[in-house]
Amino acid sequence: MSANMVALAYLGAAVLFILALKGLSNPESARRGNLFGMIGMALASAVTLNMAGVHNYAWIFAAVAVGAGIGTLIARKIPMTHMPQLVAAMHSLVGLAAVLIATSALYNPEAYGIAITGGGLHLSSRIEMFLGTFIGAITFTASIVAFTKLQGLVSGRPLVFAGQHWLNLLLGIAMIAAGVMFCITEGWAPFLVMTGIALVLGVLLIVPIGGADMPVVVSMLNSYSGWAAAGIGFTLENNMLIIAGALVGSSGAILSYIMCKAMNRSLINVLLGGFGGAGASASSGADRAAEDRPVKAGAAEDAAFLLKNAESVIVVPGYGMAVARAQHALKEVVNVLISAGVKVRFAIHPVAGRMPGHMNVLLAEADVPYDIVQEMDEINPEFADADVALVIGANDVTNPAAKSDPNSPIYGMPVLDVGRARHVIFIKRSLSPGYAGIDNDLFYMDKTMMLFSDAKKACEQLLQALD
Amino acid sequence: MNPEVANATAAVDPFIFGFTVFVLAIFIGYHVVWNVTPALHTPLMSVTNAISGIIIVGAILAAGPTDLNVGSVLGLIAVALVAVNIFGGFLVTQRMLVMFKKRK
Repeated sequence: MSANMVALAYLGAAVLFILALKGLSNPESARRGNLFGMIGMALASAVTLNMAGVHNYAWIFAAVAVGAGIGTLIARKIPMTHMPQLVAAMHSLVGLAAVLIATSALYNPEAYGIAITGGGLHLSSRIEMFLGTFIGAITFTASIVAFTKLQGLVSGRPLVFAGQHWLNLLLGIAMIAAGVMFCITEGWAPFLVMTGIALVLGVLLIVPIGGADMPVVVSMLNSYSGWAAAGIGFTLENNMLIIAGALVGSSGAILSYIMCKAMNRSLINVLLGGFGGAGASASSGADRAAEDRPVKAGAAEDAAFLLKNAESVIVVPGYGMAVARAQHALKEVVNVLISAGVKVRFAIHPVAGRMPGHMNVLLAEADVPYDIVQEMDEINPEFADADVALVIGANDVTNPAAKSDPNSPIYGMPVLDVGRARHVIFIKRSLSPGYAGIDNDLFYMDKTMMLFSDAKKACEQLLQALD
Repeated sequence: MNPEVANATAAVDPFIFGFTVFVLAIFIGYHVVWNVTPALHTPLMSVTNAISGIIIVGAILAAGPTDLNVGSVLGLIAVALVAVNIFGGFLVTQRMLVMFKKRK
């Protein structure tokens, strides 16, 4: 196959990747888009396997088979609640692979056709190698830390210590210095030192970030893994890798931006960390709330009565619903209401789940049709016309203090206008505040009924009461 | 290279070509991704995970040479790691997308 044919096939693959992302503008076209992505990947791999320098087929196919087996198994078995961990783990693989490829290219540049006559590398190749390696190394260890936090292997609480940011800055400068040394000398020692520092830096950058900020971190690492791929593309002078890397990189960057905006935080603020020690002050908050103000607690029968007689109901699910595995029971409740002629919709806050779009997937898994699931901006004007807002496992994303109280830590965060519905039903285990440790005025309103129960039990009781 | 053969195009460093493609691809990515419906942001992440597995091209080239040495062994490990991403990423995306159904 001539070099031109290879380049054209790579162009075809790059276009297929763009179509894969374009398909995601709509759930109907998304499946076809995913197929385009698979075809693009198969095309690019097949062309590469046919290139002159590639022999060693038995080993390569064995390696693919091992990876494919593991990947397929995970894709089939993983519970949808664990998607954030899975995505983090996959970012770490891309990061590690980028480091290995760059190391291999330094060891044997002939395999890539980037060696100059008489051995060695162009300065530009060395610079690209430096960039690809350190981004890959940071992505690798940072994603592992993110994974262990999301999986609950370590506490989600931020790890903060004095001089943390200075240490990171110092390491960053040392890493760049070693990288510059490598670019000048092409020596192994500065390359390994640079990679080692980048690996340590990846860990240090993520440990101060709290569990609640992980959606931003996962999106950001998504972006990094793309930039790492683009870096390898520059090293190999391969435009397709550069295009694919740039697509992934910008996708992750946009998702990080959307997540930050939904929490009213700046990216810098998230990265500096120390925010949101998951549940750190929950118990003390509950005591404080319980002693002051009266709340109206109701039974499942009372809530069922309100729901049955409503014309329009908006359900506001939060991550607590998924933790309690209540989505299927909730779907049953919604089914009963819909067949009784009630108009039911779901309102999704961008940070309702543990990663962008997570709640939508959890609801889709429970067979909730996607056309009754609406995003915050779309549904917020509708609350005023709703008879009942049913909040289940959510708290901070409904808190009116975000609009009214400039002293509140969540002031400025966009929230769902739950309080504008005629009645509000909160399904919650207790009055404990959310991760931000803030009390919610909605609990104490006249039109609010608290249904103190586990989300799943509450839905089952509602279902019984509705029959 | 013979200076008489080197015309204006040949004098451009390959890095500049790559960089041109890079910048244009970022613009495409920016526009395409803003059009993704927020409901599909999780599948977007898993499919971009699979797409970043495209570095398998680099891994295959590294693993390519006939004799096994440090370079090709590192390449083979990278092939296996990235294959997890490609297969896992596309298949879990497919699994999620099948769940998204319209009202009957």
